Amino acid sequence: MAFKKVLTRHVGKKDCHTLKFYKKQGGYAQAEDAVKNQDPDALIDLVKASNLRGRGGAGFPTGVKWAFVPKHTDKAKYLVVNADESEPGTFKDRVLMEKNPHLLLDGIIICSKAVGIHHAYIYIRGEFVFAYRRLLEAVEEAYSDGLLGKGIFGSNFDLDVTLHRGAGAYICGEETGMLTSLEGKRGEPKLKPPFPAVEGVFGCPTVVNNVETLANLPYILEIGADAYKKIGPEKCPGPKLFCVSGHVENPGTFELPMGVNLLELINKHAGGVWKGRSLKAVIPGGSSAHVLHADECDVAMDIESLDEAGSMLGSAGIIVMDDSTCMVDALLNIMRFYHHESCGQCTPCREGTGWLEKLVHRIASGGGRHEDLQLIQDVCDRMVGKTICALADAAAFPAESIVKKFPEDFLHAIEQGGSPASRNRSRAAVGGGTDV
Amino acid sequence: MAEITFSKKSLERYEWLLTRYPSKEAVLLPALHLAEEEFENIGVKEMKYVADLIGIPPARVYGVLTFYTHFRRAGCGKYHIQVCSTLSCALRGSHEVYQRISERLGIEAGETTPCGRFTLSKVECLGSCDTAPMLQMNDDYHEGLDLELVDQLIEQWRAELPEGGSS
Ligand SMILES: Cc1cc2nc3c(=O)[nH]c(=O)nc-3n(C[C@H](O)[C@H](O)[C@H](O)COP(=O)(O)O)c2cc1C
Ligand code: SF4
Ligand code: FES
Repeated sequence: MAFKKVLTRHVGKKDCHTLKFYKKQGGYAQAEDAVKNQDPDALIDLVKASNLRGRGGAGFPTGVKWAFVPKHTDKAKYLVVNADESEPGTFKDRVLMEKNPHLLLDGIIICSKAVGIHHAYIYIRGEFVFAYRRLLEAVEEAYSDGLLGKGIFGSNFDLDVTLHRGAGAYICGEETGMLTSLEGKRGEPKLKPPFPAVEGVFGCPTVVNNVETLANLPYILEIGADAYKKIGPEKCPGPKLFCVSGHVENPGTFELPMGVNLLELINKHAGGVWKGRSLKAVIPGGSSAHVLHADECDVAMDIESLDEAGSMLGSAGIIVMDDSTCMVDALLNIMRFYHHESCGQCTPCREGTGWLEKLVHRIASGGGRHEDLQLIQDVCDRMVGKTICALADAAAFPAESIVKKFPEDFLHAIEQGGSPASRNRSRAAVGGGTDV
Repeated sequence: MAEITFSKKSLERYEWLLTRYPSKEAVLLPALHLAEEEFENIGVKEMKYVADLIGIPPARVYGVLTFYTHFRRAGCGKYHIQVCSTLSCALRGSHEVYQRISERLGIEAGETTPCGRFTLSKVECLGSCDTAPMLQMNDDYHEGLDLELVDQLIEQWRAELPEGGSS
């Protein structure tokens, strides 16, 4: 069966963000049916059976996560939608929020009915002002139309949705950091367990799901778990938004079946490597993922296949680098990011990200030594798995893989007095040939 | 009495916000966003106002505010130009964009022009990597930049807000 776009089918059409447009396409039919006719447990079972995996980065099975929330509790239960979209190379949730906000609300209603939630917060990154306004309009439309508020769709099910703006901190994309931020505190992550499903925001059971994850729900209800599982690999199926950026002719967000081949994505959909150059490296899952060497890019874009290839699907933010790129400069850029974004609670992360940036900076600016490469690996070994949240891992993965897979760039910088960009003029530029 | 206060509209919005969260503290971030809309920049006076409004110590507000990079702090120019410098933008020339703006305005990242109109910052990924290089000026994204476009933008902003003129 030919693949049909689901999440972005109508993107680009006039007024595609409005309730009127969305309803005309049959929107909210699944949410209405779920609220009025479906048993919550049956909904959870359906989502479990669909094998939907979280689209935020960790790829956790969505139905299984929902089932962790206690059924009977005196406490309120919350849904917190992760709309922080801050993983470098990722810009897919923004498209959904700006162009198809009602699809997200549709999914929010379905999740809330399944888990017994009466208040959902959408935590949206502070910089997304346009997306915020679009969502605000959509929420207001939904309230006026009886799709949100008291007794939605004329049932006795109540559901409130509140938009909550973040304020510029990558770490608030990490779920426990997001929840502490939502409580009005510094967005510092917390140790798990307890998991949010048991003790989340305001001390209550909380489902945290990514925007794109929730946007898949109406379609799963529409076509059923069996048909959904046939889209892409059975263990990790569904329509998927892939973000391609960097050195390609046609960067953008592409909706394709999970498991599409990475080279096909780059060459066919993103127009190929730009300026007729050849491929050097690809980061497949946001800057936290292990880098792939050009030789390793004939790989299917799904969780299992990328795990096997030694990287990860992550947020499906694909960053393409051409043969003019100096990997020392690329790594320096990434390390600066993680050092800047570390919240500082854990010593291995606070110090480790700082050390990594310093070491790579030293190599890039001509003061590097051969031992520094082993030192980078040693610092990484002392970070991975030793901290409260996965930011430390997210910094270590690109560091160890870039050094390991592109040693020639590092040796060259060490032996020739720095990276090409730093020798030409100031550092900070990435890709000697690209920085015209 | 505090020297500054929210408008009636913002106070109404604040009261509404209180109904949306089970804890008063959770209103802090939304209240800071409101304060930024109302007062433009947030300094000690503004933090103190928000602290009194919510009934929490000013040090708490300061601690939270400084955790986040988004808020316009005291001394920020009217036009806050934030150039994304993260990998996807860097691969497509964000450094040249930054350099051009820096030269044209005569300031480096973290500085404000003496006229008080422009502040320049380098920021991390703004979730718009497909339109790299890009920048954010106050609430707006400017995407797919090249040097010509950067020059046009600067001219446009200068024309909108003439030096010495009030806005
Ligand atoms: C450092 C860090 C940053 C993260 N940033 C995001 C983000 O920007 N957006 C997102 O949806 N998930 C992000 N995540 C993943 C969330 O912690 C969480 O797994 C996800 O929101 C769960 O939703 P899902 O199961 O629907 O994917 C991040 C995780 C880490 C460790
Ligand atoms: S790993 Fe880093 S970002 Fe995460 S909690 Fe520890 S210090 Fe903060
Ligand atoms: S790297 Fe600049 S917007 Fe993502």
